[in-house]
Amino acid sequence: MSLSITPTTHVTTESRPFRVTLCLVALTLTAILLLAPLAVVFAEAFREGAAAALDMVSERDARAAIGLTLTVAAIAVPLNVIAGFAAAWAIAKFDFRGKAVLISLIDLPFSVSPVVAGLALVLLYGAHGVLGDWLAAHDLKVVFALPGIVLATLFITFPFVARELIPVMTEQGRAEEEAALTLGASGWHMIRTVTLPNVRWALLYGVLLCNARAMGEFGAVAVISGKIRGQTTTMPILIEMFYNEYLSVAAFSMAALLAGLALLTLALKSFLEWHHADAIAASRRH
Amino acid sequence: MHIEIDAIAKTFGRVEALQPTSLSIPSGALVSLLGPSGSGKTTLLRILAGLEAPTTGRILLDGADATGIPVQKRRAGFVFQSYALFRHMTVFENIAYGLRARPRRERPSRAEIARRVDGLLGLIRLPDIGPRYPSQLSGGQRQRVALARALATEPRMLLLDEPFGALDAQVRKELRAGLRDIHDATGLTTVFVTHDQDEAFALADRVVIMSTGRIEQVGSPADIRKRPAPGFVEQFIGRTPTAAIPG
Repeated sequence: MSLSITPTTHVTTESRPFRVTLCLVALTLTAILLLAPLAVVFAEAFREGAAAALDMVSERDARAAIGLTLTVAAIAVPLNVIAGFAAAWAIAKFDFRGKAVLISLIDLPFSVSPVVAGLALVLLYGAHGVLGDWLAAHDLKVVFALPGIVLATLFITFPFVARELIPVMTEQGRAEEEAALTLGASGWHMIRTVTLPNVRWALLYGVLLCNARAMGEFGAVAVISGKIRGQTTTMPILIEMFYNEYLSVAAFSMAALLAGLALLTLALKSFLEWHHADAIAASRRH
Repeated sequence: MHIEIDAIAKTFGRVEALQPTSLSIPSGALVSLLGPSGSGKTTLLRILAGLEAPTTGRILLDGADATGIPVQKRRAGFVFQSYALFRHMTVFENIAYGLRARPRRERPSRAEIARRVDGLLGLIRLPDIGPRYPSQLSGGQRQRVALARALATEPRMLLLDEPFGALDAQVRKELRAGLRDIHDATGLTTVFVTHDQDEAFALADRVVIMSTGRIEQVGSPADIRKRPAPGFVEQFIGRTPTAAIPG
């Protein structure tokens, strides 16, 4: 890792040794706290060779878990994009009664423990829950099934898209949209040609973060899924099960795959940031 | 187009932004709504454009009731205070936006759109800036592009909200003349909002002075200067000696 320090401004008065020390501390902490655990996961996964790791993740339960995780993300992320966009638009562009309450509610999943969220969903949709009888009467299975896992994931990931969009939309105001309307654009045409392009970067970040969390969520899903092996075990749940059964190569292979998906997301974000640096800067300026 | 404002009023929650207001704007006039902030002038302009619905009252355009006509169908060219250019589109795309937004069968051909945009870029004397983005333009250029964009859809009236508000003194003077020229060339009924009486008196045929949601006086610049209505107008006009503009 090369360490080069070029002062971008001469106003800063800190001495060179101080700056070098600061950078070293930051890099060391990052390496110890973030990089080392990740490296260990990959090292452990490939301890018995890549073939063994590959065998583990292509085993039946593992394949089911990967499929389930991808399915849950594929359902939860688009729903969250729609809900988050609607919420952000309402908050950023209109004044209405209960706006402060809505903003606080959006942050609720950040402050409530995922386990509590999972329990709350069980109390609501479970056999003895508030909606339990109605669901049973209509032969709908939520708890210990895919709908429950999706609901838990939706709850946990709800803030990601809205939180990214609200500041951008608030800052941009309504003027450009009103301009589109005075020029004869229909509401839908305005959203497609003005609103969405103006928030596309924030929206993309929101989607990427939401996706990473949707695939990685453990606590809420652990409660509501019932951990039925091969049926309701998502990747994080199955990793924990493998680990508890001392199947460490299996656990770490799955963990490496999950971490790999997250790293892919991060790489995609960085690539887009680098590739469209000018466009991003332009959409923030003006 | 003749604009008749008939007892238009607007309240936001409990705030009365506009008391019942009536005003007749003859076809082809260049009218200024002049007043301090909070006088209701921008609210009145936005009601004319269809961006706000009045609480009570009617808007008549050439004698026909237009109160319920939605903003998209109102055909009012609107220039926003901060110009509101689409930041992710080039100047060309900005000006072409209104034409491209039309339903397919009413939409001009590509060549026709290009011809119209080039014509408008000529009208605002910036023939070469089509490929640039708004962030690459000066304040004065942005204002002129906003004007061209508003004219592109062949509006029935031109409405401008503080069109010179964000510009320095030199550019303001140039653009004032530019707006006058465009008004005279197109013959469009034009209403602009300003808090700057120099601007109102120098540019408009008729000045409408407003305060606290009411019209205080309507008249030609000369009339108002000669016989300011007692009370608010007297005070408002008298406060700054620069009100005496030659002409």
